[in-house]
Amino acid sequence: MSFISRGFRGRPRRSDEGDRLPPGQYLVSGFPVLSAGPTPRTPLGEWTFSIAGEVDRPRRWTWDEFRSLPTETVTKDIHCVTKWSKFDTVWKGVSVDVLLDGVETAAGYAMAFSDGGYTTNLPLEDVTGGKAWVAFEYDSQPLEPEHGGPARLLVPHLYFWKSAKWVRGLRLMSEDAPGFWEMYGYHMYGDPWQEQRYSGD
Amino acid sequence: MAGTAVQRRLSWRLGEVVGLVEETPRVRTLVVTVPGWPGHRAGQHVDVRLTAEDGYQTQHSYSISSPPEDGQRVSLTVERLDDGEVSPYLVDEVRVGDRLELRGPIGGYFVWEAETTDPLQLVAGGSGVCPLMAMLRHRAAAPSRVPTRLLYSSRSLEDLIYRAELDGLAAADGGPEVTYTLTRERPPGWTGFARRIDRQMLAEAAWPPERRPLVFVCGPTSFVESAADHLVALGHEAARIKTERFGPTGG
Repeated sequence: MSFISRGFRGRPRRSDEGDRLPPGQYLVSGFPVLSAGPTPRTPLGEWTFSIAGEVDRPRRWTWDEFRSLPTETVTKDIHCVTKWSKFDTVWKGVSVDVLLDGVETAAGYAMAFSDGGYTTNLPLEDVTGGKAWVAFEYDSQPLEPEHGGPARLLVPHLYFWKSAKWVRGLRLMSEDAPGFWEMYGYHMYGDPWQEQRYSGD
Repeated sequence: MAGTAVQRRLSWRLGEVVGLVEETPRVRTLVVTVPGWPGHRAGQHVDVRLTAEDGYQTQHSYSISSPPEDGQRVSLTVERLDDGEVSPYLVDEVRVGDRLELRGPIGGYFVWEAETTDPLQLVAGGSGVCPLMAMLRHRAAAPSRVPTRLLYSSRSLEDLIYRAELDGLAAADGGPEVTYTLTRERPPGWTGFARRIDRQMLAEAAWPPERRPLVFVCGPTSFVESAADHLVALGHEAARIKTERFGPTGG
């Protein structure tokens, strides 16, 4: 540590945060919002969720079909690249494993796509094996539009920009490609524990 | 929402604080010279990292309020959040001559280039004016005469950041049209808007959708949500509205 900020002491260190708070993050109790444009509002009657791209055959669910799929309730810590983390957030959603069940693909990557044009890229192995959900409830309430409702991707082990709000599907890809923020210099993978905020981190 | 790939490693740089401007009782601008600064575009931000003697580090993002034309002099305008960790240090503790670790520029979506020919509509809530000020300064320095309007919501006249400079820009030939709304306190004789930004105010003070302006909205989350919803309802294309939120995220 060569550089010290003169006169900076910082908050009292909290030992209970230690092993749950990734480097460079601080804990919040609220739920901040970050998005690049107006909040889209798609009527549920027009909402669908699609599995597209390099698959044996594309799949698509209407809202009612999607809501008839088996659900899980999970409690997760979430970490935003803008430095806030929030512990023990409770979500209800459909596991991506359920959505990909029976899909035949040689793809290694997925591009999540959303209303409003947002996209974000993820390795397929990071959204399968019980690691990702399409969530439609937060804290036992329908997910609010500003937090990504009616449904958002939830991939809590990566920085939260990977948990695409207003998600409408996954496009499977054989090669990785940058999504929206990734094109603007954010990290292709985004592991908070490795502090992979920006390209090259 | 296509963008240009910016895949370049962002390294920490040590800047020196060369100037401080007390903008309002809660807001201060730090002028930092950053050797090797790669340049930025109006609307981008930087990460500031503070390190305590015991090695503890914390980071926070701040919008750049200076224009690209300022070269290696980068201005950050910081509002003190009383429960924050970084902002009280930057607003109350930092002196000229101190050094500051930062890296950037970050973000490439919420940016405006002076070559753009579409009318420009800026909508600011509180310290959300900071990245928009970089755009107005860039516009003045370029110079650009693109028709430009700023609608700026503030609690009171004394809380308006850059007020003298904004009034000066507005008075200049070809300058932007600047409209303030004061939501909590008004000076005696105030004849301007005196409420939160609503649909009627946007219809009166912002470019109509027929002019197809590029719209930048920056402020606290509730402000941005509300303003962007009203703009869409008025007929502005969602894809032409870019937002940036200053959430209550500490700092």
